[in-house]
Amino acid sequence: MYLPDFEYFNPDSVEEACQLLLKYGSKAKAIAGGTDVLVKMKKELLAPEVIVGIGQLSQLKKIEYVPGKGVVIGSGVTHNEVQNSKVLQEKYLSVSEAAHQMANNQVRNLGTIGGNISNAVPSADMPPILIALDTTAKIVGAKGERTLPLEDVFAGPNETVLEHDELITEFVIPDGSFTGSTYMKFGLRASGALAVVGVAASVQMEDGVIKDARIVLGAVSPVPVRAKKAEDFLKGKPAGEEIFAEAGVIASGECKPISDIRASAEYRKDMVRVFTKRALNKAANEGHV
Amino acid sequence: MANFVVDKNGIKRYLVTIKVNGNEYTKMVKANSLLVNFLREDLDITGTKKACEQGDCGACTVLLDGKPVNSCMVLTLSVDGREVTTVEGLASNAKLDIIQEKFIEHSAPQCGFCAPGILMAAKALLMNNPHPTELEVREAIAGNLCRCTGYVHYVEAILDAADSQ
Ligand SMILES: Cc1cc2nc3c(=O)[nH]c(=O)nc-3n(C[C@H](O)[C@H](O)[C@H](O)COP(=O)(O)OP(=O)(O)OC[C@H]3O[C@@H](n4cnc5c(N)ncnc54)[C@H](O)[C@@H]3O)c2cc1C
Ligand code: FES
Ligand code: FES
Repeated sequence: MYLPDFEYFNPDSVEEACQLLLKYGSKAKAIAGGTDVLVKMKKELLAPEVIVGIGQLSQLKKIEYVPGKGVVIGSGVTHNEVQNSKVLQEKYLSVSEAAHQMANNQVRNLGTIGGNISNAVPSADMPPILIALDTTAKIVGAKGERTLPLEDVFAGPNETVLEHDELITEFVIPDGSFTGSTYMKFGLRASGALAVVGVAASVQMEDGVIKDARIVLGAVSPVPVRAKKAEDFLKGKPAGEEIFAEAGVIASGECKPISDIRASAEYRKDMVRVFTKRALNKAANEGHV
Repeated sequence: MANFVVDKNGIKRYLVTIKVNGNEYTKMVKANSLLVNFLREDLDITGTKKACEQGDCGACTVLLDGKPVNSCMVLTLSVDGREVTTVEGLASNAKLDIIQEKFIEHSAPQCGFCAPGILMAAKALLMNNPHPTELEVREAIAGNLCRCTGYVHYVEAILDAADSQ
């Protein structure tokens, strides 16, 4: 398979990249790891006339802890860099484990966290855990910058609220009160399978009582969604298997999945019930795992 | 950005220098050149195979700056100035790599089409983790599909290679 001809730019900075995206408008496409864009081009689903390569920008390659701010993850870090980051393993092992559960080693060396988010595929593995930890996205465009809760970045399947000249530069997981979090991916094979459902949970525990909780579901709606009724139900309750099982039933009731090649809607709903319960249990008992 | 010339159809051809198996190659490529095709067609280094061409099968696995990647999903331009190792780079002075030796000893490949990719995935694993567990071996080659063998001999051969280094 060969790619059609296109013009390629290799900007030296995010600012230059945004200017190029502004100039070429809908003819242009940014490419980070290329694991999504290049495959779509081969399948003739995309045919950009201009490609702006942002994968090598060192500006986007950091993972660091900034006291008072939180853990900052550059959008250009690869999944394997997320998986192997000492900072994340120490503070949010749950995030590095979510990256570990993606694709396979070769793809994880290419694909980036920014690409995974911006692609906005409903079954993507990074959005649920990041939303569960209250992550924000810094967005830079030709005319300025803005910061949004990650939750508000998604607009629909394969759609974000980003303007054509905008790029995500970094994600910030704020210092917060969550005492535990986890992402559980349920796919049809142990490796390389997209999620049938993906459930992330985060909890704030105090003396065995759930002060706060977040449940974020992937692959069951056009965008990653929070199971807010189940979250509300949990607040103020003592942690325990039965409570978590009940939260699973509520979450299952409030999600509206579709049937597709990977699973029926009914099956997805039932898996949401099971994995919500398991994820809450893990987050409450084991910390950020 | 690499220097380029514009051909008679108005298409740019860029000058790239890439180190492959220790040798530096300088070539003109179009923006749409993929690393796997660059290796096979421009350099005639054909050990790296193509099968799915969508990142699923791992037949095209090479090491890019020491890390395994699917060369069917890498633009040649993004590799300018970097270092690539293919299956041809494993043996030195006509002496096979220990993993190659063990693949032969264990009759690990059958048709062999997946073998170059699995060798590179295994090489990357043993460079970082000389004594992997069986699970770690299985995970390291999870991105490599083999339609012949069922993987068992591959896993055994890689574990044996680790024990014999
Ligand atoms: C074999 C295979 C298996 C896969 N398995 C999984 C899996 O298990 N789970 C999963 O979630 N995904 C999976 N994927 C999908 C894909 O690899 C990931 O979504 C990956 O993270 C995409 O990142 P990228 O850098 O390669 O994106 P690219 O292809 O470079 O870009 C994807 C999109 O994001 C845009 N973009 C990239 N960076 C930015 C930025 N900083 N700001 C704004 N827009 C940006 C691009 O313009 C493009 O529209 C798989 C893909 C393959 C080929
Ligand atoms: S040919 Fe590259 S992964 Fe299959
Ligand atoms: S030996 Fe034939 S595909 Fe693996």
